[in-house]
Amino acid sequence: MNGYGTLKTAIRALRLNVMRTMLTTLGIVIGVAAVITMAEIGNGASLAIQRTMASMGANTLVVIPGAANTSGINFGFGSVMTLTPQDANTIGTECPSVRSVAPIVRARTQLVFGNRNYAPTYLYGTTPSFLDIRDWTDMDSGEMFTEHDVRNVNKVCVIGQSIVRELFGGESPIGKEIRVRNVAFKVVGVLRSKGANMMGMDQDDILLAPWTTIKYRVVATSLSAANQSSTNTSNNNDVTSLNQLYPNLQQNLYPVASATEQADTPQPIRFTNVDQILTDARSAVQIPSAIREITILLRQNHHISPSDPDDFIVRDMTEITKAMTSTTELITKLLLCVALISLVVGGIGIMNIMLVSVTERTREIGLRMAVGAEPADILRQFLAEAVVLCLIGGNIGIILGRGASYIITSVLHWPTAASMGAIVVSVVVSASVGVIFGFYPAWKASRLDPIDALRYE
Amino acid sequence: MELIELRDIQKTYHLGEVDVPVLMGVSLNVLRGEFMALMGSSGSGKSTLMNIAGCLDRPSSGQYWLDGGEISMLNATERARLRNRMVGFVFQTFNLLPRTTALENVMMPLNYARDNLTEHQKRQRAVALLERVGLADRIDHLPSQLSGGQQQRVAIARALINRPQVLLADEPTGNLDSRTSEEILQMFRQLNSKDGITIILVTHDPGIAKAAGRTVYIKDGLIEKSSSIRSGT
Repeated sequence: MNGYGTLKTAIRALRLNVMRTMLTTLGIVIGVAAVITMAEIGNGASLAIQRTMASMGANTLVVIPGAANTSGINFGFGSVMTLTPQDANTIGTECPSVRSVAPIVRARTQLVFGNRNYAPTYLYGTTPSFLDIRDWTDMDSGEMFTEHDVRNVNKVCVIGQSIVRELFGGESPIGKEIRVRNVAFKVVGVLRSKGANMMGMDQDDILLAPWTTIKYRVVATSLSAANQSSTNTSNNNDVTSLNQLYPNLQQNLYPVASATEQADTPQPIRFTNVDQILTDARSAVQIPSAIREITILLRQNHHISPSDPDDFIVRDMTEITKAMTSTTELITKLLLCVALISLVVGGIGIMNIMLVSVTERTREIGLRMAVGAEPADILRQFLAEAVVLCLIGGNIGIILGRGASYIITSVLHWPTAASMGAIVVSVVVSASVGVIFGFYPAWKASRLDPIDALRYE
Repeated sequence: MELIELRDIQKTYHLGEVDVPVLMGVSLNVLRGEFMALMGSSGSGKSTLMNIAGCLDRPSSGQYWLDGGEISMLNATERARLRNRMVGFVFQTFNLLPRTTALENVMMPLNYARDNLTEHQKRQRAVALLERVGLADRIDHLPSQLSGGQQQRVAIARALINRPQVLLADEPTGNLDSRTSEEILQMFRQLNSKDGITIILVTHDPGIAKAAGRTVYIKDGLIEKSSSIRSGT
């Protein structure tokens, strides 16, 4: 008996008892619908968790300058200033896995407003995309400064809630001017409160201004002045009140590079540098490719020969990412376990009914055997019935499951996400349930003795 | 020429620890084109003999040649193929598939046949057979809409669909009144004489057995006597 004939016989047998077929299918319908709904709710929950984690900075990559190394002495990360604003721009335009990029210039200084003063933890010069990367775009009041402000070196800033509390008390800071090292910055916006980060640092204790303004008007350090290893910074022991407010407390800890060494390792002359570059990958899975792309691009931009080490470091938030992926995996697995149990229950229902059906149709089986059906034909026929049952149930279940997740989204406002994988898995699983739970009854049918079966009452 | 040759067939059923011998060395030859009646009281072993002759069952010992081939040792699958090709069954209780039309009932054995007929050819063959048994206007009727005699005729058409060599009828008229019984017997006679199909008719009714060319009596698992061939073609 060919496959088409088997299928036709199976469908006819199922149509002979529509009510029972429907009730049997119900188990699988509910099972598959549960799998689909659970998978979609799980997917939605994963996405929501990913979004939350992303706002904690899970996808964030920080590019920091590498360590200077002179005469075998490592000066620690950040001791050379190799990153430029151009690096930030090219990362943004040429790395497809990078979503956005913001250069950062750090400063640590006092803020003054009226008769109050305060030194914030973070005083960053950056671009508007900083908030994008930190997932912080919704402002409490006012607006973020613009790219235009960055280009024009405008003296504007946005401040976090802690600074508002410290400097302004109750009043609105918008439009007021804060003095940062004697440069007056107009407050254009207040950031939403974000609280402490995972290390316990107050993230609201922040002032953001265009990096150009911080760089040229506030910090105003040149590349050479900050580079201990390449330039002789030790001989400014003479206290000049013009450029130094405090006596130089820095001890000369390291040997001064000789002229030969300086000639051997010339420092490229750059006009501007940034302290770090903040970027984020488009998604958690693209973090490795983003790191690779940034590394290749920066090595190329910095003219680093293949044998030399990187003059920068790309850091990712491995810990957060790991937590994120394990959490979402756990949720999806948990939901699937629950749903699979109902599928198994549905499968057992099918087995039950198939066993009843085999008993009920013993005479038919005997007759079919008498007219020449081989045991394999009988096995195939009952197996086909079980599989058809499960597939019908599976398809209805898919529709119901999709409908259920749609209703859940629209009524309960839970996030759900359609999952093609879940649909494919349910079809495969329901067919397998049919084969697994249909096999025993079918095998039992095929082992019947035609003589006994024909006589069965 | 012999179509069926049974030699010293024995069949013993094992019921727990007790062996129940049913056939105790039956030898029987059936010629091609013969119409034979097998008679015996209930428990005499006639059904067992028929099951063995119809390849539904395997003898415990002895040899069985069907159409020149020794088949007593075939396994279930091989016997199923042989039944499909060689043997048509007609049962006392008709055994039609319920809620399935006459036509589909007749076509059912073709599903298990090895010859690759198209759906159209199968249908044609089934319709021709239903016409042959006089049910041309009942093709799409369900068994429940047919009388006993009509149901038995559908069953005969079904038995003939694979053009078997031998037709085994187990009390085919047992559930029918005398008039329809006569019709059915008439049909058997016609199939035997016109189409040359070998027919073995199992019955306990001497009146019915008269329709056959030869009657074989079986008693307590042995062939008691065999009446002479009166009319065999």
